[in-house]
Amino acid sequence: MVSETSGHRSQSGIAHKAKVEAVNLSFYYGGSKAAIKNVSLAIPEKQITALIGPSGCGKTTLLRCFNRMHDLYDNNRYEGKILLDSTVNLISTKIDPIEVRMRVGMVFQRPNPFPKSIYENVAYGLRIRGESRRRVIDQKVEQSLQQAALWNEVKDRLNDQAYDLSGGQQQRLCIARALATDPELILFDEPTSALDPIATANVEQLMLQLKDKVTMLVVTHSMQQAARISDYTAFMYLGELVEFDQTSKIFSAPAQEKTRDYIGGRFG
Amino acid sequence: MNAQPSPPTSDLEYRWGRNFQEKAIEAMLFLAAFLAVAVTASIMVILVTESVGLFQTVSIVEFLTGTEWAPMFEPPTYGILPLVCGTLMTSLIALIVAIPMGTLSAMYLSEFASLRAREWIKPSLEILAGIPTVVYGYFALLFVTPLLQKILPSLPGFNMLSPGIVMGIMIIPLVASISEDAMRSVPRELREGSYAAGATRFQTALKVVFPAAISGISSSYILSVSRAVGETMIVAIAAGLQPIITFNPLEPAATITAFIVQVSLGDLPHGSTAYQTIFAAGLVLALMTLVFNIFGHFLSKRYRENY
Ligand SMILES: Nc1ncnc2c1ncn2[C@@H]1O[C@H](COP(=O)(O)OP(=O)(O)OP(=O)(O)O)[C@@H](O)[C@H]1O
Ligand SMILES: [Mg+2]
Repeated sequence: MVSETSGHRSQSGIAHKAKVEAVNLSFYYGGSKAAIKNVSLAIPEKQITALIGPSGCGKTTLLRCFNRMHDLYDNNRYEGKILLDSTVNLISTKIDPIEVRMRVGMVFQRPNPFPKSIYENVAYGLRIRGESRRRVIDQKVEQSLQQAALWNEVKDRLNDQAYDLSGGQQQRLCIARALATDPELILFDEPTSALDPIATANVEQLMLQLKDKVTMLVVTHSMQQAARISDYTAFMYLGELVEFDQTSKIFSAPAQEKTRDYIGGRFG
Repeated sequence: MNAQPSPPTSDLEYRWGRNFQEKAIEAMLFLAAFLAVAVTASIMVILVTESVGLFQTVSIVEFLTGTEWAPMFEPPTYGILPLVCGTLMTSLIALIVAIPMGTLSAMYLSEFASLRAREWIKPSLEILAGIPTVVYGYFALLFVTPLLQKILPSLPGFNMLSPGIVMGIMIIPLVASISEDAMRSVPRELREGSYAAGATRFQTALKVVFPAAISGISSSYILSVSRAVGETMIVAIAAGLQPIITFNPLEPAATITAFIVQVSLGDLPHGSTAYQTIFAAGLVLALMTLVFNIFGHFLSKRYRENY
């Protein structure tokens, strides 16, 4: 076990200001068995942080704490804090989860466009925020699709159903949808696991381009992907954070034996 | 099959037993499906052949465009329009009640209700669906009509509004349960995508779940149209059985079904013209339902579920 590992010790190489920071965060899917155990992790601003670890170690669970997704289902319980900009505790009961989700975007494992046109998919977040000025929405839709590197492919068919797009295009559409509302943080849960290598490369490229605008936290099963796109990497095991450091450090000289074993492909 | 010693590949041999079993099952399933088609077809044949007799005395044009329906009077008139009008009016009232109420109930059950609330509401709706239509008919006549008369004192004892509303109530469970199934089968990721964008429960239900489930929901609407058009007892009891063309829901009317039940309860001589009108009216009813069904099929094809 790695219970005595402290997240803080291995954070020596973190030079960036934290955008969000989990402080002694635990999470329970009901019952008393924690799916996330006392995790402390500061996500650096305008960087890509990768979350890796074997299946079932709690990556998705941790990711979904940051936009209070767990609030959608009964009996889920958080403990500890998640600080936004070192001030507000996002998981405090005084904080409205809808307001949190207004500021934190999410991209899912499988592309999940809505049964609407391409245009309306991207406009969705703006519309539910009460935006109705056509000009503003038009401009934002174009800008987001540009940022998601999808504009050129869809600009002549914005009113087509989103389902008519390929899987990779759908995933970029979902990224555009997340971008349209100017989130401060975007959460990606294995965003390329349903995509082929070319579509994967497109999405990775896109994430790298977004880096100077937004903070990103990405769960991935692919060590290569973590190495290619992330600046920081957090390794989780059995609901605990084992090690967090610059990606280059994690992949070249991990401090923990468990991390070394996982990266070396000895388990997981 | 042959006398040669069995080669080593014999365990790959064609399994007559298993394949025979498969074929037998297939044949049985086909028979079941065929039976339904055959019954429908023979009903249509009976309706058509019996109506043909009528159209030898009455022209089809007169039948379809005539505005007076009095086949039992002297001289008889055979214009079906008053009955079609009564059918469409009562159905329309029923749908105005059933579709919004049914859809909202479905939305509540699928997206908002807690497990415990569902446990109470679903069986209650099922009970609503299980009440015999005669009971609904007298409920309309003896309870709803007097109630409406408190608000509209000039309302006659027989009218289209009251049975229309009650018919709508009867159809709510149909719309609600099929629509709820359709909404519940919308994938979780789609809902979560909406919530993650900052949407509320209601926004998610209305803007994502509803359009995603539209194909199933619209088929519930189509079924409810057929149900309303074909409903007999409620209108026969509470709408007044008077074949007049009116678009005023406060007036009495007769529907096709109500006419059929009214006439067939009396003892008409077999083969008489009045007897044949029952079949002609039935044919019109069947064709109306068919048209609505084709239209609905077309609609749900168009808005296919594709998530
Ligand atoms: N809805 C749930 N209810 C109860 N337990 C859950 C639920 N979702 C996940 N778990 C449990 O929580 C633990 C962490 O699951 P999680 O999905 O976060 O793993 P993960 O690291 O994302 O795995 P993977 O790489 O396979 O996606 C697992 O033991 C899982 O069984
Ligand atoms: Mg996961």
